[in-house]
Amino acid sequence: MADLSSDTRIVGGGESGFVTTRFDALLNWARKYSLFQYPFVTACCGMEFMAAASPRYDLARFGAEAPRFSPRQADVLWVVGTISQRQAPALRRIYEQMTEPKWVIAFGTCASCGGFYDNYATVPGIDKIIPVDVMIPGCPPRPEAVLDGLMLLQKKIGEGDRTPAVLKNTEMPEEHKRSLEQLHQIRLKR
Amino acid sequence: MSKIILDRLQEKFGADVLETSSFRGDDVAVVRPSRWREVAEFVKNDPACQCDYFVDLSAVDRCDPNTDDLDMPDRFEVFFIVHSLKKKHRVRVKARVSGEDPRIDSIASVWSGANWQEREAFDMFGVRFEGHPDLRRILMYEEFEGHPLRKEYPANRAQPLVAYRENTFDKLGPFLRDEGMPLNRSVSVDLERTPENPHALDKNN
Repeated sequence: MADLSSDTRIVGGGESGFVTTRFDALLNWARKYSLFQYPFVTACCGMEFMAAASPRYDLARFGAEAPRFSPRQADVLWVVGTISQRQAPALRRIYEQMTEPKWVIAFGTCASCGGFYDNYATVPGIDKIIPVDVMIPGCPPRPEAVLDGLMLLQKKIGEGDRTPAVLKNTEMPEEHKRSLEQLHQIRLKR
Repeated sequence: MSKIILDRLQEKFGADVLETSSFRGDDVAVVRPSRWREVAEFVKNDPACQCDYFVDLSAVDRCDPNTDDLDMPDRFEVFFIVHSLKKKHRVRVKARVSGEDPRIDSIASVWSGANWQEREAFDMFGVRFEGHPDLRRILMYEEFEGHPLRKEYPANRAQPLVAYRENTFDKLGPFLRDEGMPLNRSVSVDLERTPENPHALDKNN
């Protein structure tokens, strides 16, 4: 419960203690760890999505395990890949079929802003058609960036923030760098 | 590479074969558009050619929109590439049609593989294939105006099927720690969490 909002109070302690919070905060806390996803995969980013969703990187660790094959059962719409003008009505329809509450992640540069396609065929970013919560740039984004984007979405869900966000580069924390170096030294010694 | 097909074409069609060339095994013949279909039937059925395998058909817009007349008589170069599985040779046949009224015979009845390729050439360049069983757009949508691969089509002109949303980025700073800049802004704010900025995330978090 540590990541519930600042309105949460823990009263008492031990076995008889209880917690007070706001109802919507509790609801959002529950929602963000139970995201059913609908991948709308159109292009090469799909391969990277498969990598991110498969056991090595394992989206399931973040409560976003179950892909649904109907948008009616999904909470998160992953738009993975280039969206052409001809596909735009289909994408919007799928978004409209999802039930509230719903979130959208633009996976990769093409879905976020059209990428290097500036022409007659490509939609310059899916936020021209449907509201987007998190944009993950990259061509394609690395699985770590995808996980970062998912965690950012969870953060936004927890705070009830519905404004669009762009994922930016994250620096590796110093202690991680040090532990990586130590691992490297251990390997060299073997 | 032998030039059997080119020799046979010149034998059969004479002056209607306007040019021939051969470069590293690529045999090319430019023919008069009025003989287009006959040439196609000939390279398929002639015992010395036997081109039974259809490879590709498309068009090229040869004009420079800054200097050339868009209606110039040899603006679009329609070509097909066919291959013979028996003789193991291939040929590229071209014909040039005018920009004013680009028309040429369909060869979809000779090789049925040409059907969709002709639809694509029609969609992208507006070349009309006469006698085609179903000449509709194949890649673009019916509402699309013009032909996108023509040189006079503006490179970035889009014709959206879905109206674009407005005010897609209404958020002002401060942004969350993990959020980059909005696409159309050039400042990023990285604040500590204070009562005034409850959404700014703690750097140690």
